[in-house]
Amino acid sequence: MPTLTKMRFGVVIFPGSNCDTDAWHALHDQMGAPVDYIWHQATDLKGYDCVILPGGFSYGDYLRTGAVARFSPVMNAVADFAAKGGLVLGICNGFQILLEAGLLPGAMLRNSGQKFVCKYLNLRVESTNTPYTRAMTNGSVLRIPIAHGEGNYYADPAALQEMKKHDQIVFRYCTPEGEITADANPNGSLENIGGVCNRERNVLGMMPHPERCSDPLLGSADGRLVWESLLL
Amino acid sequence: MAKARVIITLKKTIMDAQGQTVEKALHNLGYSGVANLRIGKYVEMEINGEDKARVDEMCRKLLANPIIEDFRVEIEA
Repeated sequence: MPTLTKMRFGVVIFPGSNCDTDAWHALHDQMGAPVDYIWHQATDLKGYDCVILPGGFSYGDYLRTGAVARFSPVMNAVADFAAKGGLVLGICNGFQILLEAGLLPGAMLRNSGQKFVCKYLNLRVESTNTPYTRAMTNGSVLRIPIAHGEGNYYADPAALQEMKKHDQIVFRYCTPEGEITADANPNGSLENIGGVCNRERNVLGMMPHPERCSDPLLGSADGRLVWESLLL
Repeated sequence: MAKARVIITLKKTIMDAQGQTVEKALHNLGYSGVANLRIGKYVEMEINGEDKARVDEMCRKLLANPIIEDFRVEIEA
């Protein structure tokens, strides 16, 4: 595994991304890792170990969230990068883009409450068997913010069964005590799912924002565990 | 120049919270005979040298997400 200084991150900027700077700040200023911005028209991801698709409203969320961004030139490179085992983390809109691109199973529906939800919540770690969660403890609860209008995760029953079989459900919304309840579900997601990985475990999508809680000054530093896992 | 119309709706197996809310609002207004209201998207375009098969393909690739949505294409000469 690359050492802290050897692991190079790239943060992709789509037209309408707005968490790119936060991700850069968390990785560069909080974790001391080398990070570059990657414009969405880039076609080469050589030299990177981990590529982050940040949150935001790429292409104005027109048609469906992530539906247009998935055809940005960089996405062919991201698919190749992922197929070769490169680490790809999609946060919020980045998760939506990975779903539309078919790099992760499932799709996003509008929040069941029809509202944009922006708040801190509790997230249970369901699998530490990913490069993004290996510094965490199974069943532990993270304090982490969400901010989205379309985070109502859906997969058909066959896809869900496959995901369970392969331990692909990585995060679930929960109570502070770690219980999975309907009240703890902010958006109507199937089985409170807040994050999933691909079968190869190198691509992760999550709706909550670890980059917004990587600095103790911001109220929680639980998001650092994602970066610490990557840099372990 | 022909015209293509595309109607996209959530699959029947998926709960349409927006549709349910609007249906309930119509009931509250006294329209008690309304049921199974679904809200979708409507896309229209002028097409030149594109046929229905190609518009279907556009739907599968971009206009609709086949995991959650159904679509219907109508072509008007």
